[in-house]
Order: sequence, then structure tokens, then C-alpha cells
Amino acid sequence: MKFGVVVFPGSNCDMDCFHVVQKVIKQPVEYIWHKSTKLEHFDCIIIPGGFSYGDYLRTGAIARFSPIMDAVIKFADNGGLVIGICNGFQILLEAGLLPGAMLRNQNLHFICKFVELKVEATDTPFSSGYKKGQIVRIPIAHNEGNYYIDEKGLAELKKNDQIVFRYVNNPNGALDDIAGIVNKERNVLGMMPHPERCSEKELTSTDGLPIWESIVKWLSRKSTKR
Amino acid sequence: MFEAQIKITLKKTVADPQGLTVKHALESLGFGGIGMVRMGKFITLKLEAKDQAKAEAEAKAACEKLLANPIIEDFELEVKNI
Repeated sequence: MKFGVVVFPGSNCDMDCFHVVQKVIKQPVEYIWHKSTKLEHFDCIIIPGGFSYGDYLRTGAIARFSPIMDAVIKFADNGGLVIGICNGFQILLEAGLLPGAMLRNQNLHFICKFVELKVEATDTPFSSGYKKGQIVRIPIAHNEGNYYIDEKGLAELKKNDQIVFRYVNNPNGALDDIAGIVNKERNVLGMMPHPERCSEKELTSTDGLPIWESIVKWLSRKSTKR
Repeated sequence: MFEAQIKITLKKTVADPQGLTVKHALESLGFGGIGMVRMGKFITLKLEAKDQAKAEAEAKAACEKLLANPIIEDFELEVKNI
């Protein structure tokens, strides 16, 4: 079981993600520079938060065309697990791996605080460790987390049970309180809150830990099946 | 050589909190009769192309592929021979 953390110029949560995988869930992990084009020996790819390319033009718009992203799209199309956190979520939206787009927070402020989320879907490789309806405390830190999708797209998300996390008190104007979604195939997750910032008790919340544990459980089952 | 002037705006169906804040600021300064305020981006780029049609096609492709996000944004394009 091998995790990869993609590093773009301007990523700044890459070390936090690497730390959680290596020290908390104790799995092999490697950094992947965005110029790389190969992902064959990985089982789960993490697109970390940060400010890739300085958020120029639109968040994630330039990172989306980094050489690694063609490989990430192929990896996801073949069923590999991809989790995008914060800027990583924005990059996955721009890349078309997840539907919708991000707008600026409704109050125009960069918001950095713990928020409460409601777990809406647990039948994904990323959220099986939670209980449906569970309220968890995970921090956000973003300026563009105001999720937008057209009516038809929202209906699709609901119909396919793709909304994994909703804000309890919407901090940013996100449509339908959406904080995290999966793709239709359920192997790509994007979420604005940062589970890597709350996976150890020293950080005052371990509510992010079930995400990493769910991934490990899902990947172990998959390898036994093989 | 051609110059493309590109205007990118949020779609009319997408709320623009920045525009709304500017509208409120103008109103608080005493500007009466301010209607809707919408903010956007303005990009100029110079490009080499054989003719006007090719330059327009190239600039349009750039907008569709990278400069604008069709989910939330519309763009307008003007290409001049300079």
C-alpha cells in the first residue's frame, strides 16, 4: 500500500499530509513533484492544500495543467483513490475529476477556523470510518470555498449520494452547505476542510483520522481480494 | 502581430459578492441610483498569427481551455491587428 503526495509550486500542506501518512497511520509514502508523469506504483494520491501557482488566474487553474495531472486523471479513471484537500479540491474541480467550481467566500474573507461538519455519506473509501449523520470538527482555511454547481449538477450530486460532508453552519456561502463531494464512481474525494490538521490528539481534534483509516481499510480489503 | 482584449465575468446566474460589496461602498459614499455592480477580469495578450480569423480562433481557444472557467464565467473577446 503506497501513498503519494503531489507537490506543486505553492503547495503548503504537503508536509502535513506526508506526516500523517508516515507517522500516524504508518504507511509508506512518497512526495511526487508535479513535473513527474508516472503514478503506477501508488494506491492513493493526495493532492494537498496550499496556493499552487499563487492562486493566479483562478485557484487550481494553472496546477490543473501540470504534467502530473494527466497521470492523476488516468490513475483515477483506472479506479485509483484520489483525495484533494482545500487547494487540492480546487485543482480536482478545475481538472474535471469532480463537478462544479469554487467561488470566493461570500463574505470575501479568508476564513481559518475549526468548523463542524455533518457526515452525509459513509459508503465511500474515504468515509466508511464515520457514522452517517455524525458531527465532526475539522478546520478550514480558505478564501475560495464557496462551492457552486448548476441546478442540474446539484440534482445529480444528490441523486447519486455524492455529497460526503456538509457544513453545520455554512461559513462561506457554499451551495447546499457542501464541504466535500465524491465523483460518481466514489474513488475521488474533494473536501475544503483539512483532515490532516486534526488527526492527532495534540491538535485538539482527531476527527480527521477516520478518513485516513478508512482509506487504509479500503486498500487492505482490496489487496486481500487480489 | 495581433492583440486580444479579453473580458471575463461571472455568469449572470452566479452571485458576485465582490460586486455587491462595491455597490454598497458606492451607496454609502452617496452615489445614488447605483444599479447592479459586477466585477471581472481583463486580460490583454499579444499573439502572432497569419490573419485575423486565425488570431481570433487562437485567442478563443485560450479562453476556453484556460483563461475562463465555463462553469462560472463568460468571456468576451476583441482581437485587433496592431
